[in-house]
Amino acid sequence: MADALGVWRRLVGAQIRSQLQYRASFALDVAGAFLISFLDFFAILIVFHNVPRLGTWNVHQVALLYAISMISFALTDLVIGHLDLLPQKVRDGTFDLVLVRPRSTLLQIAALDFQLRRLGKAVQGAIVLAYALSGAGIHWTAARVLMLVLTIPVGIVIFGAVWVAGSCIAFWTVDGGEFTNAFTYGGNFLTEYPVDLYSRWARRLLAYVVPLAFVAYFPALYILGKPDPLGLPRALEFSGPAAAAAACVGAAATWRFAVRRYRSAGG
Amino acid sequence: MIDVENLSKRFVVRSGRFRRERRVVDAVKEISFRVDRGELLGYLGPNGAGKSTTIKMLTGILVPSAGRVSVAGLDPSRRRLELARRIGAMFGQRIQLWWDLPLLDSFELLRHIYRVPPDRYRRNLERFRDVLELDPFLQTPVRQLSLGQRIRGELAASMLHDPELLFLDEPTIGLDVVAKQRVREFLVELNRERGITVLLTTHDLGDIERLCSRLLVIDHGSLIWDGGIPELKERYGGERMLIVDLERPEPPLTVEGAVVERVDGPRQWLRFRGSASELTARVARSARLVDLQVAEPDIEEIVRRIYARPPGA
Repeated sequence: MADALGVWRRLVGAQIRSQLQYRASFALDVAGAFLISFLDFFAILIVFHNVPRLGTWNVHQVALLYAISMISFALTDLVIGHLDLLPQKVRDGTFDLVLVRPRSTLLQIAALDFQLRRLGKAVQGAIVLAYALSGAGIHWTAARVLMLVLTIPVGIVIFGAVWVAGSCIAFWTVDGGEFTNAFTYGGNFLTEYPVDLYSRWARRLLAYVVPLAFVAYFPALYILGKPDPLGLPRALEFSGPAAAAAACVGAAATWRFAVRRYRSAGG
Repeated sequence: MIDVENLSKRFVVRSGRFRRERRVVDAVKEISFRVDRGELLGYLGPNGAGKSTTIKMLTGILVPSAGRVSVAGLDPSRRRLELARRIGAMFGQRIQLWWDLPLLDSFELLRHIYRVPPDRYRRNLERFRDVLELDPFLQTPVRQLSLGQRIRGELAASMLHDPELLFLDEPTIGLDVVAKQRVREFLVELNRERGITVLLTTHDLGDIERLCSRLLVIDHGSLIWDGGIPELKERYGGERMLIVDLERPEPPLTVEGAVVERVDGPRQWLRFRGSASELTARVARSARLVDLQVAEPDIEEIVRRIYARPPGA
């Protein structure tokens, strides 16, 4: 495992070096990613400009959801966002090369096309987090701080698992990219808002099937000391790590199954 | 080293936009063969015959539909990671080097991916730099290399971890004569020095003739030849050519067991089967011979003849 991380670091390091060769263009990329992602948050601010509350949630509370979701998603994107290139690799057969090397296929894909500029979105999330914490009136306890700190890695793992599982569609259909996006970018969007706003079936889906409610909603309830408007069991607020682990197991199994369906390309 | 039994791969191809048609294509049909350690084996076939599909099953890229494969004692698709450490693969048209990095950086990365011990890495690199003459472009980004330079780089890259078995898919495609020669010499040397087993697919019959002791020919997914090159010539190219220079121009000779193919002044070309010395004796009885030579059919011609056969013949 440590060795695998070492290889990842080296592969990624090599790419960062070559990206930093063009400093000006790199700086513009980061700034662009940073600014564009702010538009999302402006949309939320505009909503609250017209209504004081969404359900039981005020603007700072929604900002907390948004920030947790955005930071987790941006860091996931940084680490495995290049899974978006998978459909192309499967279609043109260059996935072959990944398979003839003695390393995990996922590790290699993760180290394939590392784009440091994706960090821009995480920075934006951190700024929104500061805004949220400044006005949410949280009664800080050690447990709540711990929950906030733990929420980010749990979120990364859940988003990552959803991303990996969703990408597997590439092994069945030639153009599954949009399907995958519905889960990844769509999932990011869904988790930025309070889950209790959604219809019943969507809530069930997010809590029990694609466990995105564990990214921001349940931990935010705990951090804010807010009773669950849905009256779901309180234990769910602490189940993030378990949900993340389950999501990983599911994603890994899906991935292994999918890779065996790989058909390469002629030539 | 390789043991293949009744190996098949079947693809389901769907076509048509609205009324989907489902078509089954047998890319490889029940082929069987064995390769011993240290063999240099050529794998030949027209485009779409199943060459690449076979190699992909041997390297663990594709999962076979039926049959049994064992490479270095491992089932390739189930023990992919273990196998990958022990084999090298180079696909002429697919780039395994990092496009934007200098060649040497790619080697460094591969060293870590394959966990090559530092001293072994140094020794191998030194050797490959020398034999493949990599030094002039070792620090050049791969995207700026010429095709010949890149192929040499790829070859070195696929050998850094001392594989026992090397799969080469079209290793000399697009290379000029000098570069081809260099690559071939490199392979022969590796095979002799390290006893590495090489399986090579190619369209270049020169590769085959200079490198391989044994040949597999696949067509329409079935193996139609497995054997040595002399035997192949014997079987499919049994006819040879006797070229005789006579004292003076003559009308086409009539000798038993041979047909005159061409006449050019005093020189005549006779197509024949069987013993060259008996034919020469017969020719000498009917005309005065100045000089003669026997031409073997070249493998290109033979392979063309094999491909031209209707399937199943």
